[in-house]
Amino acid sequence: MTTHADTSPSTVRPPWVVIRLRRLSFRVDRRVPLAVTLLVLVLLVLLVVSVSYGDYNISPLDVIRATVGLETSDPNDRLVVRSIRLPRILVSLLVGVALAVSGIIMQGVTRNDLADPGLLGVNAGAGAVVVSYLVFASEPNNAVVPWLAFAGALGVSMLSYVLAWRGGISQLRLVLVGVGLASLGSSVISFLLTRLQIDRAQDALIWLTGSVYGSQWGDVRQLVTWLLVLLPAVVLLARELNALSLGDLPATSLGMRIGLKRLLLIAASAGFAAITVTVAGTIAFVGFVAPHIARRLVGPSHEGLLITGVLVGAIIMVGADLASRWVIAPAQLPIGVTTALIGAPYFAYLLLRRTR
Amino acid sequence: MTEPTGLAADKLRLGYDRDIVIDRLTMEVKAGQVTTLIGPNGCGKSTLLNGLARLLKPQGGTVHLNGQAIHDMDTKHLARMLGVLSQSPATPEGLTVYELVAQGRYPHQRFFQQWSAHDEAECEEAIAATHMTEFAERRIETLSGGQRQRAWIAMALAQRTPILLLDEPTTYLDVGYQLEVLELITRLHHERSMTIVMVLHDINHAARYSDHLVVLKEGNIVACGSPDEVVTEQLLADVFRVEAAILRDPNTGTPLCVPYRTIESTRKDCLGRC
Repeated sequence: MTTHADTSPSTVRPPWVVIRLRRLSFRVDRRVPLAVTLLVLVLLVLLVVSVSYGDYNISPLDVIRATVGLETSDPNDRLVVRSIRLPRILVSLLVGVALAVSGIIMQGVTRNDLADPGLLGVNAGAGAVVVSYLVFASEPNNAVVPWLAFAGALGVSMLSYVLAWRGGISQLRLVLVGVGLASLGSSVISFLLTRLQIDRAQDALIWLTGSVYGSQWGDVRQLVTWLLVLLPAVVLLARELNALSLGDLPATSLGMRIGLKRLLLIAASAGFAAITVTVAGTIAFVGFVAPHIARRLVGPSHEGLLITGVLVGAIIMVGADLASRWVIAPAQLPIGVTTALIGAPYFAYLLLRRTR
Repeated sequence: MTEPTGLAADKLRLGYDRDIVIDRLTMEVKAGQVTTLIGPNGCGKSTLLNGLARLLKPQGGTVHLNGQAIHDMDTKHLARMLGVLSQSPATPEGLTVYELVAQGRYPHQRFFQQWSAHDEAECEEAIAATHMTEFAERRIETLSGGQRQRAWIAMALAQRTPILLLDEPTTYLDVGYQLEVLELITRLHHERSMTIVMVLHDINHAARYSDHLVVLKEGNIVACGSPDEVVTEQLLADVFRVEAAILRDPNTGTPLCVPYRTIESTRKDCLGRC
């Protein structure tokens, strides 16, 4: 160790940027400002490219003009950009944001970085409820579907929590119960699908795989509203996530009320996952991959991880949406297939690296 | 302000679900001293420590701190008075020493006061006190066992509590690291006048580094007092089932136990001869 001699206590530098205003102080990891700047740039470029690309291409300049409300060279471009392409791409982006936050919370709370928002049966719950509705309702009303999905998602994840409760919550029991309920849910879905008329079964299947096809401004508004409610709550709980990720005993000895905080965090995570299911169906792997990439970029402190993860999630989803439209054009892949194609190998890679 | 009367257990009943490990245990931790809990495996010493540290909720009785029941106290307020280091905790991947130590400031912070100059000074001091300065930016998973343990102790120090509880701080460390950790604890006890309660396996270490020993067997306190009073041939036979000689450490004068064999093998020998 050559550094030993010239290292004195005064050279210890905290690994974060601190903003202090009188008695107020905030902190964020040193790597965050650069990472966030770069990610925002990547996201902006990707957004412009994504909106440009389609059945016919629109020049990037026109995309920007149309987006901010200026005239475009071809008036049709403005219509296509604003009412067809933007809502869909923004839905992808917002779903990416929600999935990333949901995954970061789930991985922090369960202290398992292979955890994913669907771990507590969120997707299976939403799927089972919606497919049941399609089977048993005489005339299914599409407007009801999102609400049923939301109820099923939140209901099943909370049920996991209740079933895992035994005078306290053990992380292992929670994961096991969640996995159990998730596979129960998928069996219910598979069974019900066999009872469904073929055209309805097809719709159900596309929704189950995850799709942002035909998204409307209404979907964007719905997502934005929910994110505006849930995101501040999570930012407030970031420090708790840091303490909780050390483990139950250290978190308790640091003075945290872990039972209460963990319940709030799990509810928030389920809430985020539920809104994505509601709008876009079950999209696999984004909530699992985004936190990993963000952790590589800015380390494990949750203040920076949340900001960075949100951008990574958005980039993955916007990129996946672009790929879904491009790979087999003019046909499209459901976005859930694309994310699985990206995510599954990454998952396998992590597993292999770990077992080695 | 009342004088701190330290930590005390009153008719404490501790266990896991229906397994009661400790029942009606009463003890007082002497303020400003190093108290060590010793006893054979499964005697309930770690359970007792967890009970004193409010990591385990009592099924009966109470733990008092300065006359107040700790389970009724505000958790953050308590965390500013009582620090705990549990057994070999795992850290999240990628966490650096500094980030871990900074977690110790959690009970002193709020959302709008995430990192004051005072927080920073306390962390620096805790890192310096544990000689972790050169490792401050290293990831925990790249450290040796002894360094890792020092990093966790630094976190507990950054919490700046008058009382520190440690559950087997030397387990899984080789003898050099064991002494390093124990010397660190002694130094902190002197420099910061901290009250220390710890669980140790090694009776000689316990005798050498403690002011006060508490011996547990099957959930009961069977002896307590200074190492001189407690570490006797009789006690080692009764509690640890070993025949041992007690010597004097020529340097420190503390009792030194040399275990020869288990009581069972002694009895067998007798039977054979008779």
